Amino acid sequence: MKIIVSVKQVPARDSSLRAGSDGKRLDETDLTYEMNEPDAYALEEALQLKEKLGGEVVVLSAGPDRVAQTIREALAKGADRAIHVQLNDGTQLDPLAAARLLAKAVEAEKADIVLTGLQSDDLGYGQTGVIMAELLGYAHATIVMEVEPQGDHVRVKRELEDGWFQNVLLPLPVVLTIQSGIKKLRYATLMGIKKAKTKEMKVISSGELQAEFATGLTIERVYVPQRNKQSQIFSGDAKRAAHELAEKLKFEARVI
Amino acid sequence: MSVLVVMEQRDGKLSRMSFEALAAGQQIAGILDVQAQAAVIGYSDNAKIAGVERVFALDDPLLTEYTPDGYTAAIEQLIQAQQPQAVVFPHTYQVRDYAPKLAARLGKVLISDVVAVKAEEASPVFVRQLFQGKLNADVKAASEQQFVSIQAGAFRVSEAPAARAPVERFPVKLDASQIRSKPEAPFREAQRSIDLGAAEVIVSVGRGIKEKDNLPIVEALADVLGAELAASRPICDNGWLPMERQVGSSGQTVSPKVYFAIGISGAIQHLVGMKGSKTVVAINKDENAPIFEAADYGVVGDLFEVVPALVDEIKKVKA
Ligand SMILES: Cc1cc2nc3c(=O)[nH]c(=O)nc-3n(C[C@H](O)[C@H](O)[C@H](O)COP(=O)(O)OP(=O)(O)OC[C@H]3O[C@@H](n4cnc5c(N)ncnc54)[C@H](O)[C@@H]3O)c2cc1C
Ligand SMILES: Nc1ncnc2c1ncn2[C@@H]1O[C@H](COP(=O)(O)O)[C@@H](O)[C@H]1O
Repeated sequence: MKIIVSVKQVPARDSSLRAGSDGKRLDETDLTYEMNEPDAYALEEALQLKEKLGGEVVVLSAGPDRVAQTIREALAKGADRAIHVQLNDGTQLDPLAAARLLAKAVEAEKADIVLTGLQSDDLGYGQTGVIMAELLGYAHATIVMEVEPQGDHVRVKRELEDGWFQNVLLPLPVVLTIQSGIKKLRYATLMGIKKAKTKEMKVISSGELQAEFATGLTIERVYVPQRNKQSQIFSGDAKRAAHELAEKLKFEARVI
Repeated sequence: MSVLVVMEQRDGKLSRMSFEALAAGQQIAGILDVQAQAAVIGYSDNAKIAGVERVFALDDPLLTEYTPDGYTAAIEQLIQAQQPQAVVFPHTYQVRDYAPKLAARLGKVLISDVVAVKAEEASPVFVRQLFQGKLNADVKAASEQQFVSIQAGAFRVSEAPAARAPVERFPVKLDASQIRSKPEAPFREAQRSIDLGAAEVIVSVGRGIKEKDNLPIVEALADVLGAELAASRPICDNGWLPMERQVGSSGQTVSPKVYFAIGISGAIQHLVGMKGSKTVVAINKDENAPIFEAADYGVVGDLFEVVPALVDEIKKVKA
């Protein structure tokens, strides 16, 4: 079984975010980066599938030089090798452009199962995996919680709204977008980190992939949203703020 | 030329989000100066759709159960026949599953999860959130034909009485061999033992709590208020609290008298589960956290200081 996991590097969760000087993209100075959270669950699912079925887990990531760090983390956790699609710093990919690049890289590999996160924490399109499936001609399912291989099929548990779920049977090859969930994420061991250094990381330039690179959307402006609700905000000393809040809750909102 | 709004129906009922998408579609139609039209797969007569030029009903035995292959093929045929200038969807889980595929098949990008539409010289500019609501982006489609999905709660449904739009059956051509996935019947996990929906006061905790061992800090607040404890998704994913205490689009929907959001950033998937609360109190160290937008009262500060202080103050005012 060959499993490809598509992993995106995104700004760390507690980053303070500002628009850059052109007002059209994020100011990237001083940012630190991490693996997109649902992608970490996709990687975990891939590693567990490999433990069950044997085969190979290949990590795939598109981005500038810095994404090598996230790729190494995935290798240290147990992925077998990696493909890094090299992009210039600050390249903005819309989901169709991203999927075109990633699908080209997958095509050359002929995977049985492609796993992506269900959504990126930075751009939040929630689309790249689904578009990859369309471009590759693979079947797909989104918001997947569990994957159960059944010969040349997989049976997956999908999350629906309001606490509902649904099982779906799909033929291989398949693209699945993985939801974060109850499966515990593993840590990289010392041994794993050491071994990662010897694993193959193939770097391909985006040009080499000859993917169509037209953007389907343009970002005109990035900004901190204007808050419009009249909320009463207390700040400063914690004790004073707590006192004021308690008073309001008792005498104004009358809820205690 | 038209704007086509694809509405979603379940058990013979159109969802609220479908009507919100319709409101957005009407606004986009206004900007483009064209008519709005609607499409419903599995149309049933009790669907009352007004304010559009007509409604296309798409029916086929192969569309009885949702599959991405079936829905994509069916709506693609309608789009090819009508050539709408914009196609608008509610950003539901179902739409997330097939609309990116449909747009890609036509060589377009779906502008997903849109929260507002503005006009710029007779063409629409779409506002979408980045970083789970911490930043906004104004986005324009590069193509003539545009695909957009609309976030829950972002548009107000028109209550104005209007005449029901005429319904036209649109025949689709589908073949069973086109449909690769086999869906089984939807199900729910074992009965919930906690009904957060009935709680009057809820203390809800998010990733700001950092560790499971810190939970007693918020439990103390829940105790003094006689409140139920709830959580955002990552807390339940980590197994720190049981899944049945999760609030949000994939958890429970609650509407207590007071909802305390503690160390919760306020991502839309959380907000949809709690914005029916009468009073919302947010405690967060980040003054720009989107949760403050939904809050009536907020404290900007470190929950590890603010929550114990609040427990003391509540004891005082209660005494
Ligand atoms: C399809 C889908 C379905 C989903 N369903 C749900 C759902 O049902 N429910 C749900 O909740 N989420 C759901 N999510 C996830 C959602 O998008 C967010 O990722 C999640 O709600 C974030 O949880 P959080 O606010 O606890 O964590 P974070 O976003 O990490 O926020 C933590 C907050 O704590 C604050 N903080 C940190 N330290 C402190 C401190 N010392 N004092 C005070 N504040 C502090 C930070 O400023 C930050 O605002 C879903 C996502 C998807 C894609
Ligand atoms: N540049 C990228 N490199 C690798 N994977 C990506 C990239 N962009 C998106 N993805 C994958 O697609 C998923 C969904 O991203 P998005 O469509 O942006 O929400 C992510 O969780 C990743 O698995």
